[in-house]
Amino acid sequence: MIKIKELHKSYTMGQNTLYVLKGIDFDVREGEMVAIMGSSGSGKSTLLNILGMLDTADSGTYILDSNPIKELDETKAAIYRNKFLGFVFQSFNLISYKTALENVMLPLYYQKVNRKERQARAQNFLEQVGLGPWASHHPNELSGGQKQRVAIARALVSEPKVLLADEPTGALDSKTSYELMDVLQKINDTGITLLIVTHEEDIAKMCKRIVHLRDGVIVEDKKVKQVRASSYVE
Amino acid sequence: MFRALFDRDTWQEIFGSIQKNKLRTLITVIGVLWGIFIYITLSGASKGLDNGFERQFEEVAINSLFVWAQNTSIPYDGFRTGRNMQLKLDDQSYLMQRVPQLQYVAPRIARGVFGGDGASVKRGGKSGAYAVYGDFPILVKIASKDIFDGGRFLNQADMDNQRKVCVIGERTQTELFEKDEDPIGNYIQIDEMYFQVVGIHKFSGGGGFENDSDIFIPFTTYKKVYNTGDNVDWFAMAAYDNADVVAVEKDIKAALKVKHRVHPDDEFAFGSFNLGEVFNRVKGFSSGMYFLSLIVGIATILAGVIGIGNILLISVQERTKELGIRRALGATPREVRMQIIIESVFLTLIAGIIGIILGSFVLAIINAMTADNSGFPYANPTVPIKFILIALGLMVGLGTLIGLIPAQRAVSIKPIDALREE
Ligand SMILES: Nc1ncnc2c1ncn2[C@@H]1O[C@H](COP(=O)(O)OP(=O)(O)OP(=O)(O)O)[C@@H](O)[C@H]1O
Ligand SMILES: [Mg+2]
Repeated sequence: MIKIKELHKSYTMGQNTLYVLKGIDFDVREGEMVAIMGSSGSGKSTLLNILGMLDTADSGTYILDSNPIKELDETKAAIYRNKFLGFVFQSFNLISYKTALENVMLPLYYQKVNRKERQARAQNFLEQVGLGPWASHHPNELSGGQKQRVAIARALVSEPKVLLADEPTGALDSKTSYELMDVLQKINDTGITLLIVTHEEDIAKMCKRIVHLRDGVIVEDKKVKQVRASSYVE
Repeated sequence: MFRALFDRDTWQEIFGSIQKNKLRTLITVIGVLWGIFIYITLSGASKGLDNGFERQFEEVAINSLFVWAQNTSIPYDGFRTGRNMQLKLDDQSYLMQRVPQLQYVAPRIARGVFGGDGASVKRGGKSGAYAVYGDFPILVKIASKDIFDGGRFLNQADMDNQRKVCVIGERTQTELFEKDEDPIGNYIQIDEMYFQVVGIHKFSGGGGFENDSDIFIPFTTYKKVYNTGDNVDWFAMAAYDNADVVAVEKDIKAALKVKHRVHPDDEFAFGSFNLGEVFNRVKGFSSGMYFLSLIVGIATILAGVIGIGNILLISVQERTKELGIRRALGATPREVRMQIIIESVFLTLIAGIIGIILGSFVLAIINAMTADNSGFPYANPTVPIKFILIALGLMVGLGTLIGLIPAQRAVSIKPIDALREE
């Protein structure tokens, strides 16, 4: 599903160049659920953003679903994002003047799905994350956990192959985090590939594989026995 | 590009963002509205002024001029200086022949106009002194006479038969006749001679020394009654529409100087008044006003457009994050641009239309207030629909172009940078 080789990324600020990613080699197969760990500033978000085509690498190859992603123009990148990828951000990134349902409908608008169908599909996904009754609420009327579920529903509604989540539980308490992980595990059960950036050990253990980043390289990459979040949720 | 225009969802997205950004929407709308409003009101009003001036002159041919005889100031061809000049009836055909740009030449003779006593006019027990003109029927081609229904102006048969008929003024009627009496067909006495009234003329303002008590009789009758021979007091003339009235005036005087044996440089032998030239000057003034208002209007519109562009620019910066989210969800740069452009066009268009309606409303009010005031040079303040559409198009077009700048900025940065923005 995802193949990267020798990925490099640096930021230049004035005189200083900060090398963030220094040659990442990394494969993810379809259906995997990968936790990306590492200390703050180790480049986790940077990696995820490049994988999500929100940012570009300095060098290296990236193949997504057997399509080489290189020097892709912004229009093609947008189409890939829309078709293959779903995003969940730590800060939710919902559009504040749209209701939960309208937020979830938005990716389908860019897929040119007609409104009726958009509405039906969005409602369906909201129900899947347990927010059916909250469809007409605006983000500021929702709790953090609820907002993140709306974000997940929005990421899933376009039926992506890969879901990228950057610290999806970062702004949530542990109980809410487990509920959210339960939702994500069930999504993974349907065959969608998941990459989750986290620095919480217990969240990482709910994935099937843990990748450790340090100083811009992968220092550890191991399969783990997945802990089901449902066992924490009554 | 046009598909998006007819997509209901495009509009839902746009209305969503318009509603969300109420202040921005309001300021934009007010900016455009004000621009269009000022433009329409200003150019409409100056057009009204223009029309008003034109109306002031409409009773007289705008190319008309008048020539009369004075005294010579240069001795010439054996004549002493100070010779009294006298225009003659045959000058008419001479002028028509020598100055081809002349369309009409009407010889006129009168008493009680430039000093001197008017004719004493009587009717029954009433009497008064009135100016009497001896005129040709073609006078109406130069200075139109509004004749009340049931009457007429002098005609060729009156001339040929030296009929004792007359056209009297509105005031003459009220002074000599009873209120419910119809003067047409009745007789009045002019200097002891009976004349039948054939018409009553309305008083018309503008361009002349005539007034509503004047009496017109056939030139031929006048000449017989007052024994004036072939004398003419002055000529009223009209040049063709495309003629240069200043040149025509010169040609006329030159021709008269030849015929009456006056030194070519003698500027005093003949006097003239060139209404066409005066008219052109007034006309020039009011079209200058019109032009000025056009420029002010366009400047206002430009200022409005720049204001809109500014607001859009700010609003796009504020919305960079939202646009980043949209791009993360799969909006192509074109879709982002389209949304912003349709938004700005839509806003300027709506605001422009409201501005047009308001402007027309104000013009209608001004028009209603000045409608029954014929002394005030203001009439029918209109702006050609073409100009309005051009102004609106200019506004929308420039609004779009300026809207493109922030739109371009919004799509030129990386989505991640847009998302990071707060
Ligand atoms: N746009 C940028 N410009 C300059 N430096 C940046 C930029 N984005 C990230 N960095 C730097 O790159 C490094 C890696 O950042 P990144 O966000 O990938 O870390 P992270 O592993 O996600 O950290 P955290 O756990 O705190 O989220 C950091 O040192 C950060 O300061
Ligand atoms: Mg991070």
